[in-house]
Amino acid sequence: MAQKGWKEISLAGLVADPGNSVAYETGTWRAFRPVIDFDKCTHCMFCWIYCPDGTIMVEDSKVLGVDLKHCKGCGICATECPRKAIIMVEEAKAQRG
Amino acid sequence: MQETQYVKGKFVALEGDRVVAEVMRQINPDVVAAYPITPQTEVVQTFSEFVADGRVDTEFIAVESEHAAMSACIGASAAGARALTATCGAGLALMWEMLWCASGLRCPIAMAVVNRSLSAPLNILTDQTDMMGARDTGWIQIYAENHQEVYDNAIQAVRIAEHPDVVLPVMHGLAGFVLGHTLGRVEMLPDEVVKEFVGSYKPRYSLLDIEHPTTFGAYDHWDYFFEHKRQQWEGMNCALKVIAEVGEEYGKLTGRHYGLVEPYMLEDAEVAIVIIGSAAGAVRVAADQMRAQGVKAGMLKIRCFRPFPPSAVAGALKDKKAIAVMDRSSCFGAEGNPVFIEVCSSLFQRGIRAKVVDYTYGLGGRDTVPGEFCQVYRDLLQVVQTGVAEPVFRYLGLRDF
Repeated sequence: MAQKGWKEISLAGLVADPGNSVAYETGTWRAFRPVIDFDKCTHCMFCWIYCPDGTIMVEDSKVLGVDLKHCKGCGICATECPRKAIIMVEEAKAQRG
Repeated sequence: MQETQYVKGKFVALEGDRVVAEVMRQINPDVVAAYPITPQTEVVQTFSEFVADGRVDTEFIAVESEHAAMSACIGASAAGARALTATCGAGLALMWEMLWCASGLRCPIAMAVVNRSLSAPLNILTDQTDMMGARDTGWIQIYAENHQEVYDNAIQAVRIAEHPDVVLPVMHGLAGFVLGHTLGRVEMLPDEVVKEFVGSYKPRYSLLDIEHPTTFGAYDHWDYFFEHKRQQWEGMNCALKVIAEVGEEYGKLTGRHYGLVEPYMLEDAEVAIVIIGSAAGAVRVAADQMRAQGVKAGMLKIRCFRPFPPSAVAGALKDKKAIAVMDRSSCFGAEGNPVFIEVCSSLFQRGIRAKVVDYTYGLGGRDTVPGEFCQVYRDLLQVVQTGVAEPVFRYLGLRDF
């Protein structure tokens, strides 16, 4: 996101555009990336419930994956998963493949 | 020639604290959250009586501390309310964290500060240590010399704070006991004139505006925090102009004109005293006495300390042969007390190398009388005669200095 000068931004950092946190890609903070093993996943939705940032992507009651633009890599999903179907992989390694 | 018609007020004798409470009644703000503390207690006590008697519609919040008082005012202001409060000394110190939140969130709160020293040793009497300590909190600061100015400043503070180019909180100081607890003659405007002058508050954003949901106080990273601080600078820069404009408009209404500074016998003066607050009255008397003796003595009273008006100050002092800056607070270990530092910086940046000395005076409520200010003028004459300003840092009214 291009950064703006003080004349262009809202006074005092007030957020008058509700829901604009989507535009802030917190995924760049991540040091570890959650990787889901779909052979183990039962789609119990624990990860969806526990994710503090709503990054577990779900459709028709099925987990599709993680929104990596916003996942900060906190690891809560991996800790809470009852099937141990999520592991945290070092981001650099994950990017190398 | 038509004579200028000013609004006719009613002359009353009131203690300074009651003057503040009466202005709050006339303004009839949406919210007052305040905690009583000597010597401000009468402000809160009197205003709470107005609330109890149904003379105002204000939501009065009897909070558990000054930190809570300021927090409640910030919440109210963010919700779009006009919020007023009052405090002093230790109470202002307890508000500290929230003072920065009020200015940083651009909450145009107006607050009377009945100036009191800070302990220890325990002291409840007046000096300017409380407000001078808060000089970097992003609040506008104006000070009153007498009861009439307490009244006039309290009204103007609301207009200054809420001006769309400013949107910053304002604290207006009055000396504890000296003004707060003594009776003074005040011309009070009719209620409706005050209400019309301050107008109604139209917030740009409001938490209660559900059509336009707004988040206040979100986290601000290294990438934008600095820019938001720059915006506060802009508000302060604009405030210089707005304070003068509001003072002028108020002058047209009442005949009492206000600016950033007020000179007294200064134009042809050779020696000048610079002062803020109630002791300016004693300096006027001293200047008159010295003039009677043939000394060209003058005074520059600074009304507005934040934002500091450097051009007005330097312009008024540029040709003075010696200047004494009076400081009623102490910056231990600094190269000068608050007012001195500002005055010297204003002069230096404009290439004016005047002989300036700094007097600490009146700490912890010690009285300073005209005779002592006459001595300051005589000290300045000696500076002029010898060309030596040392010692630059002096004490007035201290034993064994």
